[in-house]
Amino acid sequence: MHVLILFIEILILFAIIMLHVAYATYFERKIIGHMQVRMGPMRVGWHGLLQPIADGIKSFFKEDVVPEQADVVTFRAAPIICLTAMLTSLAVIPFAKGWVLANINVGLLFIFAMSSLASYGVILAGWASNSKYTFLGGLRSMAQVISYEVAMGLSLVGVMMLSGTLNLTKIVEAQGGSFGGMYIFPQIIAFFVFFIAMLAETNRVPFDLPEAETELVSGYCTEYSGMRYAIFFMAEYIGMMVMSSIGTICFLGGWNGPFEVTIFPPFWFVVKVYAFMFVFIWIRATLPRYRYDQLMSIGWKVLIPLALGNIVLTGFIKAFTG
Amino acid sequence: MTRPISKTVNVPVADGDGERYTLKMGPQHPATHGVLRVDLELDGETIIKCSPQVGYLHRGFDKIAENRTYAQSLILTDRLDYIAAMANNVGYCVAVEKLLGISVPLRAKYIRTIVCEMSRIASHLLWLATHALDIGAMTVFLYCFREREVMLDLFEELCGARLTFSYPRIGGVRQDVTRNFIDVLQRFVAEFPTHIGEYETLIDTNRIWLKRTVGIGVLSAAEALELGLTGACLRGSGVDYDIRKHRPYDAYDLVDFEVPLGSDGDIYARYRCRMEELHQSARIIQQCIDQLPPGPIISEDAPDLVMPLQGQRKVEAGSSTYGTGLIRLLEDKGEFPVGDIYVSTEVPKGELGFYFISDGSGRPYRMHVRSPSFIHISALPALAEGSMIADLIANIGTLDVVLGECDR
Repeated sequence: MHVLILFIEILILFAIIMLHVAYATYFERKIIGHMQVRMGPMRVGWHGLLQPIADGIKSFFKEDVVPEQADVVTFRAAPIICLTAMLTSLAVIPFAKGWVLANINVGLLFIFAMSSLASYGVILAGWASNSKYTFLGGLRSMAQVISYEVAMGLSLVGVMMLSGTLNLTKIVEAQGGSFGGMYIFPQIIAFFVFFIAMLAETNRVPFDLPEAETELVSGYCTEYSGMRYAIFFMAEYIGMMVMSSIGTICFLGGWNGPFEVTIFPPFWFVVKVYAFMFVFIWIRATLPRYRYDQLMSIGWKVLIPLALGNIVLTGFIKAFTG
Repeated sequence: MTRPISKTVNVPVADGDGERYTLKMGPQHPATHGVLRVDLELDGETIIKCSPQVGYLHRGFDKIAENRTYAQSLILTDRLDYIAAMANNVGYCVAVEKLLGISVPLRAKYIRTIVCEMSRIASHLLWLATHALDIGAMTVFLYCFREREVMLDLFEELCGARLTFSYPRIGGVRQDVTRNFIDVLQRFVAEFPTHIGEYETLIDTNRIWLKRTVGIGVLSAAEALELGLTGACLRGSGVDYDIRKHRPYDAYDLVDFEVPLGSDGDIYARYRCRMEELHQSARIIQQCIDQLPPGPIISEDAPDLVMPLQGQRKVEAGSSTYGTGLIRLLEDKGEFPVGDIYVSTEVPKGELGFYFISDGSGRPYRMHVRSPSFIHISALPALAEGSMIADLIANIGTLDVVLGECDR
């Protein structure tokens, strides 16, 4: 019985997330459109509201092209690895008090593990496509994930030290319901590092090097089309959502808000996640792209020292104030 | 049939001299601006050797022109640098006028100067749009196209075409400007500096933009001269060379403008030069509008080379003066000088030169086009070798090449 309920819960979460992913693309296209003095999608449905559905149907019915020279098994597996890893990390995210599929004690670590796994999908896609652009995209992704995973992990150590736990629900509870209790204030350096590493981790502008379309055509997914391409796309958006959720949980006080919305407890969580998503999109419309070596030097020479410094600082403060 | 697996693939494997491999970038690549192909020899992401391969858009204009009268070849120049076709048209007309010794009425000179500068604005906006997009700044692209659209709409109002204009004629221009054209242009010129400011807020002092452009693709003044660069690519290195200033044609000696110069010779210096040129173009257009004199728009000296005037049009079909007068040109062989001439003008990309050898037949014995893009492309290895793939893209952007002009 318990398993059945869990299964239904998973299905509901999956459906909701997929719908959110579809409309996150709409959200992005509309916002970027208006930032760029154009309208965004307007044709399918009222103000283009059915555009994501149409896109989904289109990519689902497209021909499944596998390049002749590709390593077929890996080529087919790569997008699924990406999507599965991203979806799995949703299991430990508490959307509101008690609204979590698996309330495990190592939630934060679990999410890191999963997001590292997802990058295997990208690397394998780059390798298996057997094209030079995808290969370079895969290489870039590998280097980027390794450097920024470290920075991101270290930036969250401060949060772990303050809350004393890796359980995501407990991290939210440790921040309390008040505005001043949010970890963004005591951990402002960590938030800065986390935010930049988050952009890099999700391959977003200004760190979208693995798929830089003007350099590597489309990076690791150059050879992908149809549904497989759409799966990479979904994985990227779920990745954005997961990272926004982590940011919300660890720095912005999770589901707590100025007042309680009893009909829909995750209200403030959703608002905060979408605020993060908006910033993602805003940055995409504004900034140029870094060069590969510049990206590396930011990761290793700026972010990691900052994160380490933050750990030391947090340690001192904790030691002296109790 | 068994499918080959990864072991047999052409992805780089270590060989005798390290892990070098070749990447043939283009001709169908989103950032090579048309059909440029660049053969790269890479070590990781560092470019060891870079050789641009051109010719995918070769149509043999130099040869085609030998079988056409001077007036007929005008339409070929539209298809050189199709981003700024108007400037090419004017350049060609200036060259032929000099060959045939035709003097252009003042009003036509001013109108030509206006359309030349308009096409400079249109071309530089497209350059900025694509250059910024190559480096990753997406919004600048659409902002630039918003203003470029105004230019294209104005061209359409002027001559009915948005891309291949053939508006200037040897000895003048085809139609006079309309009142509305002048009004819209006046408004545009007045507000254009604000729009330039909008582009600059997005990239001019942006840290990432600076990191991608400052100190990248550096050419010293001597190197730039050696490579034969012209236009903003040369001025970015600090060489004061602008044909509009130094060998003025049309109305350029009657208006006041500055030639912006850079000093560092890097991508950022060239970017600043072109942004400043946008301001100067707006200034030139404003002055031309203010000074625009009344009078004829086509020269009396060369009526046969232009569309017949209202009175001359009513000629019987079959007579030798019917139509554009092209037929008559061929008959009056004696009118044409014998000799050769090289005349160059400043188009948005650099120095566009036309070299004619005339044997007095009414058709050029030989026409050679010195196209700036072709010469600029040859500077790519000097800029890109030793840098990274991302810099190559920025360098292609900063050279501002159009392959239609490069391949001819």
